[in-house]
Amino acid sequence: MHRKLIRLLALIGIAQIVFIASSQETVRLGTPISESQLEGFDLIVAADGSGLPAGSGTALQGKAVFESRCQACHSANGEGTSGNTRLVGGDMHSAGNPIRTVGSYWPYASTVFDYVRRAMPADAPKSLSDIEVYQVTAYVLYLNGIIDQYLILNSETLTQVKMPNRDGFIDESQAQ
Amino acid sequence: MTDKTNSLEKLEHVAGNGLINRRHLLGLGLSSAGMAVASSVLAADNSLPLEIPRWSRQPGPGASGYGSRSSHTEYMQRTAGNPNPIYPGGGSSRSPLQHLQGTITPNSLHFERHHAGVPDIDPSLHKLVINGLVKQPLVFSYEDLLKYPMVSKIYFLECSGNSGSLWGANAADGSAQSIHGLVSCAEWTGIPLSTLLDEAGVEPQAQWVSAVGADAASMGRSVPLNRAMDDVLVALFQNGEPVRPEQGYPMRLFVPGCEGNISVKWLTQIKLSREPSQFRDETSKYTDTRPDRLSAQFTLPMGTKSLITSPSGQMALERQGVYQVTGIAWSGRGSIRRVEVSADGGQTWADARIESHQSEKALARFRIPWQWSGGSAVLQSRATDSRGNVQPSRSALIAEKGSLGRYHFHGIQSWSVSTSGEVSNVYA
Ligand code: HEC
Repeated sequence: MHRKLIRLLALIGIAQIVFIASSQETVRLGTPISESQLEGFDLIVAADGSGLPAGSGTALQGKAVFESRCQACHSANGEGTSGNTRLVGGDMHSAGNPIRTVGSYWPYASTVFDYVRRAMPADAPKSLSDIEVYQVTAYVLYLNGIIDQYLILNSETLTQVKMPNRDGFIDESQAQ
Repeated sequence: MTDKTNSLEKLEHVAGNGLINRRHLLGLGLSSAGMAVASSVLAADNSLPLEIPRWSRQPGPGASGYGSRSSHTEYMQRTAGNPNPIYPGGGSSRSPLQHLQGTITPNSLHFERHHAGVPDIDPSLHKLVINGLVKQPLVFSYEDLLKYPMVSKIYFLECSGNSGSLWGANAADGSAQSIHGLVSCAEWTGIPLSTLLDEAGVEPQAQWVSAVGADAASMGRSVPLNRAMDDVLVALFQNGEPVRPEQGYPMRLFVPGCEGNISVKWLTQIKLSREPSQFRDETSKYTDTRPDRLSAQFTLPMGTKSLITSPSGQMALERQGVYQVTGIAWSGRGSIRRVEVSADGGQTWADARIESHQSEKALARFRIPWQWSGGSAVLQSRATDSRGNVQPSRSALIAEKGSLGRYHFHGIQSWSVSTSGEVSNVYA
């Protein structure tokens, strides 16, 4: 550990020397890598479905995953133990402050897959197989009445799922 | 002392309820809230014969490898909210704004917000990948990145949930720290992201950059490419030392002026794409529902904002006299041009002196003397930035945005001072 640190510090010293020697040139130190080498590293599943892995699952299969891996924190039927862990219900057009959940608020089903695969279960993130993520994603969508329990969720069907609040967002990224 | 008291009467009052021209700041022996201002007390002290203190009679400990603060300042602590027992890694801690001066937040007191705790990253094993719509995907080691030319800039960082309780219908009891402590400011040193993107070669179709962290939540956020190519950094240093683990060691994205969450910590991947990825933390969270039930997304720059940090909520003015009113101001769209202060709930305003640098997207520090004569007062500050944006009142902000949103509160903070000198959060 100590030796490693000293080696690193020495490298920083060398780095400065190298930089001074080549200050007229652009520093280009990135190592080329191929997308296939990044398959196990790049977990991003985007709204267009890019990044969805092979595999599939149904809500019927996802119930068991949910009960063993999610229910402790999200309670039975996903009702949650706090505002942050509620996964079901709500209506954006209800009176007062709407309850915002996967079912009422999230614009894309891909986000459920993406988030559950990277961040859930919160006590052991990234411990589910891709198949289990498909299954439990289907179950969370089913609990919200968005799909039926037999729909086979895969890289094709998941992007076709239309979320109730799909058109509910305004992109302000270019606002001044 | 009598002379000084008399001179108070000659002070030029510049706005209602005791605000004094900022030019008097240099000439007056002022006090901060909570500390004695009274000339009578000073006079009493002065009448005692002064002695050489005990620390002047014995040598102290010698130099040390790593410094620590005075044991007399240990009351300055970040405060963490109640950790969730099922999810202890999620949560935040807030900077003790009421105790800080100047504009730079000490690294140990910089606010924190984590979604799955602080990872313990070995820099020799950490990678930064750039892939997606680029000519050549690249991977960088920490050691590689240390060899690049870097820039150093002072920038604030503010969680978009900061001050969020002020959207609520009732003014909750709170301090500058508990209400507004999710803002800090540091000198960030790093490599312009554009340098690394140019090295990978951005494809013309690319419009967005997804940034992912190496924490257990693999925090992801999408940044518009035009912003990513502007002033965004891959930050490696914070106030001169390697970025602290809580702030993303060994490297974080730093998106100046923008909501804190987008400055992804523990940065490990940058992926270029046509569309935003629509991560959970840019859909479910960090979005603001409007009265028409549509929700604003990617509301990135933080609003023009200021607050008085002293006197502030939960402090007490112990006696009548002249106080220095001080606070911080910032804008995600430019630098701070002007800060006005009111002591009568916004009926009259006076210009405070900006005593710090006024740099882009950084905190500025303001100050103005105020004479408290024992009456009730409502202290407010109002910032104007270099683009002419003026901080709105809370009611104007709510009239514009509604109150279904939970983020991006930047309305005016009102601190009421009661006749007994207690300072508290109010809506005024
Ligand atoms: C140890 C407790 C725990 C377990 C187990 C757990 N979660 Fe979570 N989950 C949380 C917490 C806490 C949050 C909120 C996290 C945050 O806000 O950063 C959350 C958030 C979520 C969200 C986002 C909710 C929203 O509206 O933003 C989804 C979806 C989710 N969990 C699904 C799952 C699934 C599916 C499982 C099982 C595979 C699971 N969780 C297991 C604690 C848990």
